[in-house]
Amino acid sequence: MSHLGPGKAVSSKEQTGLRYPSNGKTIYHRPLNRTKTAELSQSSFAYLFSEMVTYAQRRVTGIQELEKRLNLQGHPIGLKLLDLLLTREPPRSQTRPLTIIALLHFIKINLWTHLFGRQADRLEKSSNPDTPDEYMIIDNEPLVNAYISVPREMSQLNCAAFVAGMIEGVCDGAMFPARVTAHSVGGKEEGEMWPGKTVFLVKFQPEVLEREALIGKG
Amino acid sequence: MVRPDRQLQPHSSLQSNIIGNVNHATVISTVFALIIINKAGGLIYNRTFHEGGLNKISTNDYLVLAGTFHGVHAITARLNPLKPITNPNRTSTTSTFPSSTPNPNTGTPNPSATPNSSVPSVPSTSGGSYLTRPDPPAGLEVLETENFRMQCFTTLTGTKFLLFTDTTQANVDLTMRRVYDMYADYVMKNPFYQLEMPVRCDMFERKLGSYIREINNR
Repeated sequence: MSHLGPGKAVSSKEQTGLRYPSNGKTIYHRPLNRTKTAELSQSSFAYLFSEMVTYAQRRVTGIQELEKRLNLQGHPIGLKLLDLLLTREPPRSQTRPLTIIALLHFIKINLWTHLFGRQADRLEKSSNPDTPDEYMIIDNEPLVNAYISVPREMSQLNCAAFVAGMIEGVCDGAMFPARVTAHSVGGKEEGEMWPGKTVFLVKFQPEVLEREALIGKG
Repeated sequence: MVRPDRQLQPHSSLQSNIIGNVNHATVISTVFALIIINKAGGLIYNRTFHEGGLNKISTNDYLVLAGTFHGVHAITARLNPLKPITNPNRTSTTSTFPSSTPNPNTGTPNPSATPNSSVPSVPSTSGGSYLTRPDPPAGLEVLETENFRMQCFTTLTGTKFLLFTDTTQANVDLTMRRVYDMYADYVMKNPFYQLEMPVRCDMFERKLGSYIREINNR
């Protein structure tokens, strides 16, 4: 981010490439607290996201790699949103989340409300005793997938890997290194109700759990 | 945040249609089938909604039907004469241009063959009445038989939607509009759809199916 500071942006007006508004005010000049009326058109987002998927699809060998690329596209957004959303919090709750539960609640409520205008539908901890490091954020109909039909031969793919990348960015930025993947679960028992239901599986690194255990004792 | 947007302005012709059909609202009506033809005349989508409404024909016959209709549509579009735009200022100059009197031969296959046709003479004589570009000729729009009515809608890009309905079906324009909306949403915004290729999008199938079922059960 440092190489895109406001000073540089204005001075490089004569450079070709990016266009700058005629009054010289770039996005970096705007106040960070403008939260109301910050709505965008869903159609324009859908077209843009569709092109992002098409772009990520070029020269990929498999679905895993495609999801990885979408994840990488989302990661920097998550990193930046963590800072932005904390800045917008009222001053006394401006600290970054310190426990896993606080972090996941931050993602479920703040991140989701900022991105999609509503909270995520559910938060779950893995019931499997072998994987205590796995948590699940559940969205019944992810906005990014609103218009996407995945072809049968790619049924493993879930384009919400982009959102998973954002979650991963938030976790990494808050010093909770994790791997986040998106999985479609719509085809199962509740499939009739929510065909696009998606589970974001958050798998934290072992050192996170180690630290969490120490905090719990203290 | 993203808001759903849809520019569904009430179309003037649609409104008149709704008003005109109020007394027919009790008539049982059915949508039988939908066909989508790409701009080259190839069949890209074909679905039957109501069993027993139309006789079954083979896929090959559907392809022939699509191609044939495309050809007939192209010819009927050429039959359509160019209508002069009525300009209030022109009335004063009409006496000097006998050619611009209302043309009794409107509707002839080849207007340029008629000596007093307004179409070929206007660009050279009264510059100004063709300042705005006229609508492109529309071609065949409705085909009616004893048992069904076929309505054609051509998009600005040349894709054709053919809706086969009961002869008593009301508000076909509105249904067509919704089908086109769904096509724009669930087919055109899908990154896995290739332009001009057959439509295979689960979401489109699902949404279209539930919408038509709702109409047919009304």
